[in-house]
Amino acid sequence: MTALLTSARTRPVGAPAPVDAADVVRRARRAPRRRHRLVVGGLGAALFVAFAARVLLGDYTVTIPDFFRILTGTDIPGASYIVLESKLPRAVLALLTGVAFGVAGGLFQTTLRNPLASPDIIGVNLGASAVAVVAIALWGWQGLSVSIAAIIGAITVALVVRLVAGPHGGHRLILVGIGAAAAMQSVIQYVFTRVDEYDAQLVLRWLTGSVNGVAWPTIRLLALVLLVLLPLTWWLGRSLQISELGDDTAAGLGVPGARSELLLLLGVVLCAVAVAAAGPIAFVSFLAGPIARALNGGRTTLLGSALAGAVIVVAADYLGSYLIPDTNLPVGVVTGAIGAPFLLWLLARGRTGRRAA
Amino acid sequence: MTSATAPATRLSASRLTLGYADRPIVTDLDLQVPNGKVTVIVGANACGKSTLLRGLARLLKPQSGAVLLDGEVIHRQPTKHVARILGLLPQNPIAPEGVTVVDLVGRGRHPHHGAFQRWTSVDDEAVAEALELTDTLGLADRVVDELSGGQRQRVWIAMALAQGTDLLLLDEPTTYLDVAHQVEMLDLLADLNARRGTTIVMVLHDLNLSARYADHLVALRDGAVVAEGTPRQVVTEDVVRTVFGLDNRVIDDPVSHTPLVVPVSRHLRQAQPPTQELP
Repeated sequence: MTALLTSARTRPVGAPAPVDAADVVRRARRAPRRRHRLVVGGLGAALFVAFAARVLLGDYTVTIPDFFRILTGTDIPGASYIVLESKLPRAVLALLTGVAFGVAGGLFQTTLRNPLASPDIIGVNLGASAVAVVAIALWGWQGLSVSIAAIIGAITVALVVRLVAGPHGGHRLILVGIGAAAAMQSVIQYVFTRVDEYDAQLVLRWLTGSVNGVAWPTIRLLALVLLVLLPLTWWLGRSLQISELGDDTAAGLGVPGARSELLLLLGVVLCAVAVAAAGPIAFVSFLAGPIARALNGGRTTLLGSALAGAVIVVAADYLGSYLIPDTNLPVGVVTGAIGAPFLLWLLARGRTGRRAA
Repeated sequence: MTSATAPATRLSASRLTLGYADRPIVTDLDLQVPNGKVTVIVGANACGKSTLLRGLARLLKPQSGAVLLDGEVIHRQPTKHVARILGLLPQNPIAPEGVTVVDLVGRGRHPHHGAFQRWTSVDDEAVAEALELTDTLGLADRVVDELSGGQRQRVWIAMALAQGTDLLLLDEPTTYLDVAHQVEMLDLLADLNARRGTTIVMVLHDLNLSARYADHLVALRDGAVVAEGTPRQVVTEDVVRTVFGLDNRVIDDPVSHTPLVVPVSRHLRQAQPPTQELP
């Protein structure tokens, strides 16, 4: 390296860069890419294992050949029903919501440059949940209209938080967001006290989040929506590595600030559709981003966040179902139990913001 | 007036008023940035110098008047097109966590990439050249967070260089640097101006370093130009008193033979008979 440096200094003014300097650049660019491929590969493998465990193992074990026979239409009494109506939809829904929450978390944390600025911390998820609960329990809405209500709720809360906190994010945004989350939670709890016992079970689900007992049409709808939103996110997210340099630097490089607002909006919608399908599963967005980032040497990776989110939800659902015998914990309880200590650890490490200056 | 784009300037401000909400900070300002020169904007705290630079870099929308780049209103030009002509280094740029030097400098190539265009060897070479010019090639695979303040600032300059623009705007590029690193940074920019002919506009705090490095000096007070011209024309005892409200003497810098401002402080005036030793 030092030899290269001296040769650079003695090079005549204005001469083109020698080949070896470009080579240094090429080599230095390669290492982080290799690391990223490893992270994505590793998380992908972890997701595969968790998914397979969720579908095949548990209190009713299905062999791999049986699983494929069921998938291709053979009816195996008992097993077919359990796989097609319980295990598989649960696993698929867990995967889809995990991806949605993970990407949303990555978008928020990167754009707002703060690991605490995740949609589940600043009230976006509970906003979606609260409006959905009111729509179901008080207005008697069902199906797609509930999802739309959830999206409107999420966007409204996000806008209110943004307006009250001012345009620059930071700690104000997080404080206002935590306040908004508490307010939304109290709305859900109020509705909880106003409904009869049957509805109360339903409302409870909107408080913790669960991938249990969701029918295929809902899952298909979520998959379809994600099929539109995720490529769009990828397309707009290519400039994320410019946006994360801050508004001024990004504008200097020709990326308008409006681009990051658009990415945040996409994050809000991703959260809202996931909440509409499975409720506000706690702390998935919040955990997925930093985990993927830590694996990737501190660098942003949306794909990593997506995979980490999916691993978290699928694995948490599996643990919640079988960890304590005869108790079927909703997935949100498990992710909450993991997330709370993580939050404390993050605060204790004093990494709530980036460098102080 | 509005078509004030002589061939000697590509970037100019015409009756420019900038501000936040109803509070104008820069009012009715005319400025022509000379091509291929180093222009330094100086002034007291809160005189509007950073605001003016942000306005010139199209980060602030004018309340009235306009910034012209190549004769056209800068805000009406596609931002990516502007980014290929005019680079910007803000005051305290923040490097994302874990980003390596090559990665950060490579992001300066963004304006040159289209919707489907990927990284090519041209980009590798542009980054390599930027690293060499700023003497940071040896840091290529280091993480930016872990560098010293002086190294980090050179890496940011390298990013702006990789952008390959004819104009470069810098907002106090020497803040938080000790005096040796300040001089090193300004030498680097002077070299860049000499070698590549890059037009440089920067805001600086230190009046004496400004006088040493500027071809063209602009002194602001309350958002208006008080004096403009060569350092020798601008840095006079009267102008310094008007701009900074500071009693002073101006002598000849023994090293660069540019004006050197020596403050006359109240503390000294009380202690001893004033300034007889000064020429």
